[in-house]
Amino acid sequence: MKARVFVTLKNGVLDPQGSAVRRSLGSLGFDGVEKVRQGKVIELELAETDAEKARIEVGKMCEKLLANTVIEDYTVEIL
Amino acid sequence: MRAAVIQFPGSNCDRDLAVAFGKASGANKPAQMVWHKETGLPSGIDVIAIPGGFSFGDYLRCGAIAARSPIMRAVVDFANQGGYVLGICNGFQVLTESGLLPGALMRNASMKYICKDTELVVKTSDSAFTSGYDTGAHLTIPIAHHDGNYQADADTRKALHEEDRIAFTYVENPNGSLDDIAGILSQNRRVLGMMPHPERLNDPELGGTDGAGMFGAIADALVSA
Repeated sequence: MKARVFVTLKNGVLDPQGSAVRRSLGSLGFDGVEKVRQGKVIELELAETDAEKARIEVGKMCEKLLANTVIEDYTVEIL
Repeated sequence: MRAAVIQFPGSNCDRDLAVAFGKASGANKPAQMVWHKETGLPSGIDVIAIPGGFSFGDYLRCGAIAARSPIMRAVVDFANQGGYVLGICNGFQVLTESGLLPGALMRNASMKYICKDTELVVKTSDSAFTSGYDTGAHLTIPIAHHDGNYQADADTRKALHEEDRIAFTYVENPNGSLDDIAGILSQNRRVLGMMPHPERLNDPELGGTDGAGMFGAIADALVSA
């Protein structure tokens, strides 16, 4: 079973990388981009076959390591 | 004073820290180097230092992997029992990732790695690390980081100010950090995290001694304790 974790910065947390990407898009002529927020996608291959158990386990992984919940939010997708 | 310096793959200035602590202890007590895979600390340790560098290649987030390494459980226990812990640069990132200090260190606002001398203001002399300086004193200490942009939520920010836990600020903010913060203290004032490198200005031959006061102060605190 596969899981996909999306880690994004919390609302209100400054994102210098996103701002740099937005400026770069602007310099390429993409003027309509008002905001860019950059995040991470982490894919996991799990031995677990029960989707609900997998979701709980990956949630724990996010809390303990994959996300820094001081500044980041995460969502888990079981595939 | 017996200091332990934790070493991760990718640490730097770990030897400089050991020299700085050894010099300050003045009693032929070199700092003990402790590899990250150890699960316990050597006996009789008074202060732990977590050095700068790019532990584990800064993978995932700066300091994130190091903060979950085996030795860090012992470091967290040591701090929770009132032990003194100093985290410099990557060490500061490790301390926030391990929960010993609040907030987080994000990418510099300029998106650039910055290596230069910075002028700092000592915001409080009320800690074992900063008691050798006067509050309001100006120091010149080098920085060398890509992720020193300190950020914290509103409650943490308020607590840091109200509890006098901001140890150092920058005169000219190099990285976008909240309220120009360069270093903060834990609630019990025994854990200090800072982005600048005091161990790099610890001897006239290195260009200055502004950093030496910190190691002298912690040695004095431990002698009188």
